[in-house]
Amino acid sequence: MSGLELLTWARGPGLVLAVGICIFGVILRLIEILALGRQADLASPRQNSTGSGWRTIFTRSLPPPGMLRRAPLTYLGGYVFHIGMAIAVFFFVPHIELFRGLLGLRWPGLPNPLVDIASIAAIIALLALLVGRLVDPVKRLLTNAGDWLAWALTFVPLITGYSAYHHLFENYTLTLAVHIVSVELLLVLLPFSKLFHVFSLFIARWYNGEISGRKGVAS
Amino acid sequence: MSASLQRGVNAFKEVIDAPVAAFFASCVHCGLCAESCLFYTETGDPQYTPIHKLEPLRRVWQQEYTLLGRLAKLVGLAKPVTDAELAAWSPLVYDSCSMCGRCSMVCPVGNDITLMIRKMREGMAAAGHAPEGLVTATQRSIQSGSPAGVKWVTVQAQIKRMQKQFGIDIPVNLENADYLVLMSSWEILNYPEYLGSVGRILDNAGATWTLSEHAYEATNSGIQIGVSDLARELVGRIVKAAEDLKVKCVISPECGHAYTALRWEGPNLMGRRFGFEVKHILEVLDDLRRSGRLKLKGSIDKPLTYHDPCQISRRGGVHQQPRALLRQIAPQFREMSDPGVMNWCCGGGGGVSANERAEPLRTIAFKRKKAQIEKLGVNTVVTSCANCRVVIEEALEHYHMNIELLGLTELVAEHLAED
Ligand code: SF4
Ligand code: SF4
Repeated sequence: MSGLELLTWARGPGLVLAVGICIFGVILRLIEILALGRQADLASPRQNSTGSGWRTIFTRSLPPPGMLRRAPLTYLGGYVFHIGMAIAVFFFVPHIELFRGLLGLRWPGLPNPLVDIASIAAIIALLALLVGRLVDPVKRLLTNAGDWLAWALTFVPLITGYSAYHHLFENYTLTLAVHIVSVELLLVLLPFSKLFHVFSLFIARWYNGEISGRKGVAS
Repeated sequence: MSASLQRGVNAFKEVIDAPVAAFFASCVHCGLCAESCLFYTETGDPQYTPIHKLEPLRRVWQQEYTLLGRLAKLVGLAKPVTDAELAAWSPLVYDSCSMCGRCSMVCPVGNDITLMIRKMREGMAAAGHAPEGLVTATQRSIQSGSPAGVKWVTVQAQIKRMQKQFGIDIPVNLENADYLVLMSSWEILNYPEYLGSVGRILDNAGATWTLSEHAYEATNSGIQIGVSDLARELVGRIVKAAEDLKVKCVISPECGHAYTALRWEGPNLMGRRFGFEVKHILEVLDDLRRSGRLKLKGSIDKPLTYHDPCQISRRGGVHQQPRALLRQIAPQFREMSDPGVMNWCCGGGGGVSANERAEPLRTIAFKRKKAQIEKLGVNTVVTSCANCRVVIEEALEHYHMNIELLGLTELVAEHLAED
């Protein structure tokens, strides 16, 4: 298969397939979680609570007091990666064009040099987090094959996207094709790996905030 | 699979609900929960990472409640939970977790890890892997009504002493009172002044109150060990007494887990709402203060700080009340680091203090509190949980620290403005 053939496949049937599996997987996993249900809490909640599920969805993005100092690499690496990745995915003009084609929605992009910096920052952050995972005894204990897979699934699209944009390889078409295929792989595996946290964390945070909020604690 | 292991795994399956599934599905293995847990920060031992303590429960979730996990199990690729594994996890689930709730405030994806530990203990106890000390305490609770084996005659003797010492009348089995007063074992055995203090404060406020011969003990080791049936039995005794006596409000004593057991888990264990209110003594004191019925005079003239008991503050929502009370009687009150809902545990909650096996670890974990107190440089610490008090007192002695430890209710009673 030539680069062009791969690109054509990736832009056509490949994309449809990947998006389809991703949507199916996300719905399946959400059902898997929510169908378990939970018992109603019969303890009467406090009336004047500052906490709530909705609040925790937002506040949990910030480090609690004292934590940034205890784990600077995890927090800073995490922020830089997530923000950089979000900018690269959602604010690169060609990506916005693609979203417009798929969803019919459009929003303003950011200038390419800015997206470029964001991507480099995300790549560096991912590498730093990888090193952190290799050396920190706690992370090593928690790490399994799924973590390496999730790391690679995120890293490859970033690096291939960056290479394509800068024409780092002679065969631009092939680079672009590999970039798109790597994104499709990411989409396919997202619901079935720890990357699913991009959806489930909203549920988790909501429950956490709601459970605490009933007791009068903003968590 | 042995019968007890089967019971344990079944209990695991039963406690897994939507929140638990959302939590396990969301974990990104970032390790931040370790940094929030005193059993890790004070030992540096990665096995004390909060989410790691739940590994067997996580695998049951994965193998039973996810499609991929079930497929893996079907083709024999899943690693089943074994009895040996649960035995190995017992010290992690019981000795190195005080159910303090700090990890649940920190996890970036929002996992309520503490809630899952509580749930996991149900399976551990069912599989026969609860620690000896907790098993005995729970058995004693069921037989005698108290984990320490305190009998009604002991309480009666104490009532007599307190009536004499404080010059008050202590009503027993009085119907239609405003308040039913409970105690924890520690208050009966170590801190009898609690009862006298509450009596004086309530009398002074013009409230009616009573003790019950059938429910005087609020400690609930069923919750700590993770046997809901026993927890229900223990809560049920209090509910029955309160409803028989037709009291308006039951006062949970200066004991953290008693409050969690009665106020938050109680109605769920019983499967119904109660016909009375449940309040922690600090809530009652603060209510009285705000309505002008708690008249105080004088002040304690030395620098002091407040240790937040986890179940009362972070897991119970009572963290402003002690501060409002202290500000009135202690002008030199100062906060230690991470006050209120981000407090650090004394190390002895969640049944850890009743678990002899855990003692060396608990002493190490106390180093966190030790450092906090030393940094602040005060010599007086006030708290509102008798279990915290016992744990801290033992640790202070171990570390040769010359710190005075006070119960807040007693301190308030000492500053009552008598009419
Ligand atoms: S509840 Fe407290 S003691 Fe238990 S794992 Fe979490 S932080 Fe550690
Ligand atoms: S802090 Fe939360 S997401 Fe991170 S390892 Fe612990 S449980 Fe998992």
